[in-house]
Amino acid sequence: MSEENGKRPWVEMRGIHKWFGGVHALKGVDFHVCRGEVVGLIGDNGAGKSTLIKILSGVFPPDKGEILIEGKRVRFRSPRDAKEHGIETVYQELALVDNLDVPGNIFLGREPALVGGRSLLALLHKGRMMREARALLERLKVNIGDLTALAGELSGGQRQTIAIARALYTEPKLLIMDEPTAALAVQETRKVLDLVRKLKERDIGIVFISHTLQEVFAVADRIVILRKGEKVGDFPAAELAIDDAVKLMVGGEESPTR
Amino acid sequence: MEPKAWLRRINRNRVLFPLGALVLLVIVASSLSRHFLTPMNIKNVLSQVSIIAILAAGEACVILTGGIDLSVGAVLAISGSVTAVLLKWAGVAMPLAILGGLGVGVLAGALNGLMVAWVRIPSFIATLAMMAVARGGTLVLTNGRPVSGFLRSFRAIAGYAGPLPLLFLITFGVYVLWQLALSHTRFGRYVYAVGGNETGTRFVGVNVRRVKLLVFILAGFCAAIGGIMLDARLNAAYPTAGEGYELDAIAAAVLGGVSLSGGVGSLVGTFFGALVMTVLGNILNLLKVGAFYQYIAKGLILAVAAISLSRGVKFAK
Repeated sequence: MSEENGKRPWVEMRGIHKWFGGVHALKGVDFHVCRGEVVGLIGDNGAGKSTLIKILSGVFPPDKGEILIEGKRVRFRSPRDAKEHGIETVYQELALVDNLDVPGNIFLGREPALVGGRSLLALLHKGRMMREARALLERLKVNIGDLTALAGELSGGQRQTIAIARALYTEPKLLIMDEPTAALAVQETRKVLDLVRKLKERDIGIVFISHTLQEVFAVADRIVILRKGEKVGDFPAAELAIDDAVKLMVGGEESPTR
Repeated sequence: MEPKAWLRRINRNRVLFPLGALVLLVIVASSLSRHFLTPMNIKNVLSQVSIIAILAAGEACVILTGGIDLSVGAVLAISGSVTAVLLKWAGVAMPLAILGGLGVGVLAGALNGLMVAWVRIPSFIATLAMMAVARGGTLVLTNGRPVSGFLRSFRAIAGYAGPLPLLFLITFGVYVLWQLALSHTRFGRYVYAVGGNETGTRFVGVNVRRVKLLVFILAGFCAAIGGIMLDARLNAAYPTAGEGYELDAIAAAVLGGVSLSGGVGSLVGTFFGALVMTVLGNILNLLKVGAFYQYIAKGLILAVAAISLSRGVKFAK
């Protein structure tokens, strides 16, 4: 809709406002993502990045403004609603359960059952969980090694990979990655970035949030900059220099500090 | 890779420590007292362990989710009294009296679960309150006096099936069921997940409250079974029954490798832990150590077990 020439956005947020008590956290932000597009979302602390993606992932509703998926207006009452529309989130807290194994984490909350369906007393189909977990990781071309290992026994990169694999199991249309590399070493970060590129090839839209601008510029097609709850920039990554992005993040009149 | 994974898996279940402690204790006990390995004493130990172990089964499930239940001893007492009062004073048929006792246990557990999961009171406070209320309720119900003298059919619960005490078979059956539920059902999976990372588990859409409610109901149900078993065994319901049993139940679970921070441990281990606690009490009895000292000994064992087991890395990183 907003881009007549080129792809139509898969998801579109229009005029999003959010107040927390007296704080006006988002002041009418427009944001959109197309399929197969990686959008880097950057901004200083408190710029409203987290608030914006939490609205997009259904954690809380906007106070004003609307969300459209493929041009149709939607309303998310919970993260589950967003998931049902094909929006998955990988949280920066690395929300894995350390004492469950790899398939246990990938299928947590949607375990396949031998009998009993979705009830709490359902018997788990552990064989199928292991098989499908292995197949999923192979499709993503990542190597975890022993899948019976507990999540707590794995490295930060392997854990992040599993968190991403878990989000991809349902074949979402849009994946939100909030600081996916914050806890990772250089080598592991590169693997996650590789994974992002692979996902892009599979026509998944990605919102990529990171404090490390080099990473954002390395994977993003387009970069959206927020400052104090407002969108101050929306550029194709190729047409934006890191220095200029920093100036926009901290404010034009101030000199770049990083 | 292979032997390492194998070792890790054994270590993960943490049953080696309680099993080793049990074997050691049996060796020491049989060398200290020639009465220890007699059939009479073994039957006695198996009857005793049944009641501690059934409390520990429920307690372990609660601890696995990262909570604690201090009310199991008092819930045992009120369930036992309700069954006794129904049988003796109200003249209710045995199956209904038993159902009444179990119902009281389930109700107490459900109230614990509601306080913890919905009102968000820390479990040790919520269940401490329940402990006081249930103990007081027991005293009110019975006027503080024992209710004794049951029919033979009720006392048969504490009888024998061949060489084995029936109580032991009941407890063993409950353990088999609970352990299967923990390792093979979605509920069991969520018990471990809630204990491991409650927030993360909620994030993926698991109804964490319902899981917590269910483990407290299970603990109340187990305590009620224990109360009815104790009625049958003693041929009486004492209003002071089960005092201090929460200590034994928690100690059995901790000795059995259940981590107090949740998410780690099993019922197999808990069963061995309960046996350790019972055999310890038994050998102290055989050696004529006074009951007062036994309290001290059990407390020390719990402290030592908690220290040594919690020092071990929670998840081998």
